[in-house]
Amino acid sequence: MEKSDEKNEFERKLNIKKAEKSKIAQENLLLLADTLYNQFQQGIVPHISLPSRTKGNIEFSTKDDVWVYGDQETTRSVKTVRGAKTLLKTVHLAELLIKEHLKNNRGSTLREIYYISENWDIAKFHEQAESDRLIEDLEIVTSLHREDFHVRPEEDGAAVFGPLRLKEQTRRGEREMHCQEDVGEAGYQIPFNVDNIEFLSHDAKMVMAIETGGMYARLIENGFDEEYNAILVHIKGQPARSTRRIIKRLNTELNIPVVVFTDGDPWSYRIFASIAYGAIKSAHLSEHLVTPGARFLGVQPSDIVDYNLSTDKLTDKDMQALRSELTDPRFNTPYWEKQIRLQIDLKKKAEQQAFAGKGLDYVTKTYLPERLSEMGII
Amino acid sequence: MEIAEELAKQQKAISVAEFFEKNRQILGFDSAPRALITCVKEAVDNSLDACEDAGILPDIFVQIKKNGEYYQVIVEDNGPGIVQEEIPRVFAKLLYGSRFHTLRQSRGQQGIGISAAVLYSQLTSGRPTKVISKIAPDRPARYCELLINTAKNEPEILKSEDMDWERPRGTRVELEMEGTYVRGRRQSVYGSLKSTAIVNPHARLTLVEPEGNVEVFERATESLPKKAYAISPHPDGIELGELIKLLRYTDKKKLRVFLKETFSSIGAISAQELCSRAGLDPEESPTGLNHDAASRLHSAFKQIKVKSPPVDCLSPIGEELIKAGLEKEFRLDYIATTVRPVSVYSGNPFLVEVGLGYGGELEKESRIELLRFANRVPLVYQQGACAVTHAVESVSWKNYSLGQPTGSGVPVGPAVLLVHIASTNIPFTSESKDAVADMPEILTEIDLGLKEVARKLRRYLSRQSVLSERREKEEIIRKILPRIAQKLSDVLEKELPDIGPVVAKIMGNLLVFRKVERNNGLVYVKIQVENHSEQLRSFKLHEVLAVQADCVSPAAKVIPMGDGYDYHWKLSIAPGQSTTLSYSITAEGVALKEPVIEGLEAEIVTGARVI
Repeated sequence: MEKSDEKNEFERKLNIKKAEKSKIAQENLLLLADTLYNQFQQGIVPHISLPSRTKGNIEFSTKDDVWVYGDQETTRSVKTVRGAKTLLKTVHLAELLIKEHLKNNRGSTLREIYYISENWDIAKFHEQAESDRLIEDLEIVTSLHREDFHVRPEEDGAAVFGPLRLKEQTRRGEREMHCQEDVGEAGYQIPFNVDNIEFLSHDAKMVMAIETGGMYARLIENGFDEEYNAILVHIKGQPARSTRRIIKRLNTELNIPVVVFTDGDPWSYRIFASIAYGAIKSAHLSEHLVTPGARFLGVQPSDIVDYNLSTDKLTDKDMQALRSELTDPRFNTPYWEKQIRLQIDLKKKAEQQAFAGKGLDYVTKTYLPERLSEMGII
Repeated sequence: MEIAEELAKQQKAISVAEFFEKNRQILGFDSAPRALITCVKEAVDNSLDACEDAGILPDIFVQIKKNGEYYQVIVEDNGPGIVQEEIPRVFAKLLYGSRFHTLRQSRGQQGIGISAAVLYSQLTSGRPTKVISKIAPDRPARYCELLINTAKNEPEILKSEDMDWERPRGTRVELEMEGTYVRGRRQSVYGSLKSTAIVNPHARLTLVEPEGNVEVFERATESLPKKAYAISPHPDGIELGELIKLLRYTDKKKLRVFLKETFSSIGAISAQELCSRAGLDPEESPTGLNHDAASRLHSAFKQIKVKSPPVDCLSPIGEELIKAGLEKEFRLDYIATTVRPVSVYSGNPFLVEVGLGYGGELEKESRIELLRFANRVPLVYQQGACAVTHAVESVSWKNYSLGQPTGSGVPVGPAVLLVHIASTNIPFTSESKDAVADMPEILTEIDLGLKEVARKLRRYLSRQSVLSERREKEEIIRKILPRIAQKLSDVLEKELPDIGPVVAKIMGNLLVFRKVERNNGLVYVKIQVENHSEQLRSFKLHEVLAVQADCVSPAAKVIPMGDGYDYHWKLSIAPGQSTTLSYSITAEGVALKEPVIEGLEAEIVTGARVI
């Protein structure tokens, strides 16, 4: 009886919180519409200004130790056909979010929104990237997150495995589970709205974000999570927002250090950067998603030499990506400078799986313990 | 016998006919496809020249027939005909003609063309050339079968007799020769006739191809080109040897008379000045001048400035007919033309005409089509060796909205370029008349002509882009803005916003909007007028009211009308500026139809009716 009351109380609070958020979202979207409306009334050519989302316009915010957008702005105005169409699409999108999503407490996936625009005639989106980008624009203009508009990504199957007990508020009610004992071999699947999760207890000394499914499974099979009390997060390539959000929450709320374990190539460094520094395309969310304390574990270019790993040659595109990282302000640290220049000299890259060449236990028995103690984590 | 004497026995004169027999490429008979083209071209050129001389609109019929392993070429015209004594020499004697010794623009010059075709025909097929010619409706036609005696360069007449011919007058020539008939490219009989039709829009050309297909290139005009008159040589750029020759063979007794009579553009005063500059006595005999004296006279020519040669020795096509010619054979969006003034190279007057066609169905990605003409004759071979091509290649076409991938060379884009050089003597690089030599004066004139049409094209294209910008804006105004406004009013549940001011700003229009405030039974009206264009706008603004208004500011002219008053202001508003008119009125007097603007075009005004 008591437990049920407690549960109802939690649900009630959550619902109030949701209703409040929905109201704020509606208000902010209406504010945008009102701005455009007033521009018409005052004879000002309707326009919205947005920070320009380029490498050249991100700067380090010392307040949160993350990378955010700088002062450069781009203006969308109805002076050009393109700008006018974009604004028309923006207004259509705002109407959809207000009338269909927020007022009716419904939601759509990014893909569904792209399809919904089929009926918008000249305001139809040409590809999903266009609608995705406009939703990001709305996030920036309203200072909200797409979850607040009830827009969700397609599930991407990123998962967590480790000594962590949590409670998730699902549409079918509350679920409580332990991420080792109550889950299958694949682990606990991260929901799209991570803020519906409450962490209950844990026994972890570190969070390890792992790029590939192969390495994630290897660590579980070898019992690394139990031996070292590690929460393993499978980030599945470029991490989704929900994955980055749960890593951040584990780090800030539970105070667990975060290390990132990826392949040793320029694309993987960008994965690390999006977790630790923020992504260029979504720097407006940096404060919400970025874990400034996250540290890069490997595979480092120096590991290629130190552990004599089997390698592949860098392609021309890899080289280009490395050079571009040298001018990326996020990588402007002595550590990265050294590692990237070393890799350009080596002209080689290595996968996480390269350790298998030295035996299946090598990564858990030798490499990771050595690296983690070097980093002062164990 | 000494070797030299032995060798001397073998020396003998070579007849010009024998020479060309061995060197047929010089005359343009070097390949099988080309032989047919050259043959048709020579016969058609002769027909066109003859018709124009006689003031007849040319109607030329060309037929190519396959006859066993040979081709039969038939060219028939409605020209003045040839008197019967002349027929053998015109067709069967090389270097026989009427035009070599005159300075006048014509297609044929040396009297080689058609007799070279006859020579080629008898060499390859062994057949005589058949000619029919008739000079008047009431005279019988003459029929001849001719060969050339190449050893003597004299005609050999196999047959010559009167016959009946249905034409009132004209000439028909029939040759049989080795050849290859090609289609579908510019270097073909068809292509060369098509080009001929472009620069001879007064001619009707009919072609019957070997398979029986008939192509008619119809006339674009009924008026003949202006007749070109013969002139004397012009002193500009004359060579010393030429001058010495003229001096030696003149029948004039006095130097000043010689100068005045022999050259065009030299009068008594210039003749006097030439003599004094050369230190010569104007009264002395020209034939007595030695080399040194001639050479002083020659340098005096270079020192004085004489006027340009008379224009009437040349017969340009003219801008209008170039346009008509291009329009006739291509589908185009735009044509620019220019005719350069007469200029002189080496004593020969010449002028350059250029036509540039753009857009339509022309290929966008490939090199432009270059049509070269000399005295209305198309030049189809050796494009790369021609002064016209060289001039085209050295223009920087990127400055004129055409592509030029390597920075020089024939430009790329949807364009066709026509260049016509008219001269009393076209400087060809060879006797086959394929390419014009790179005379600096000619290159300069072509360059100037090309740049003139190119500038016109650039102006046209920039006008087009302004129009397309305007169209783009109209799309915003017509389709997108009203929908944004509609959506905003739906979302906000407010009334539809007035998009007028924004429309005026985007279109750069004059915006008129009226604000009305009611207070104590009085209506206060303000009319804001904003000029969003980049030009000063001067106009009248009318406001028609039922009763008289008060506090009119600034003062307006009032004209009472049957049912009210027409208030009007004369306004002049600078770019980006605005002005406000105001008045007050009793509630029942409120007009209020839209304000009316007088003196501007409707499409640049928003928010008012335009009269």
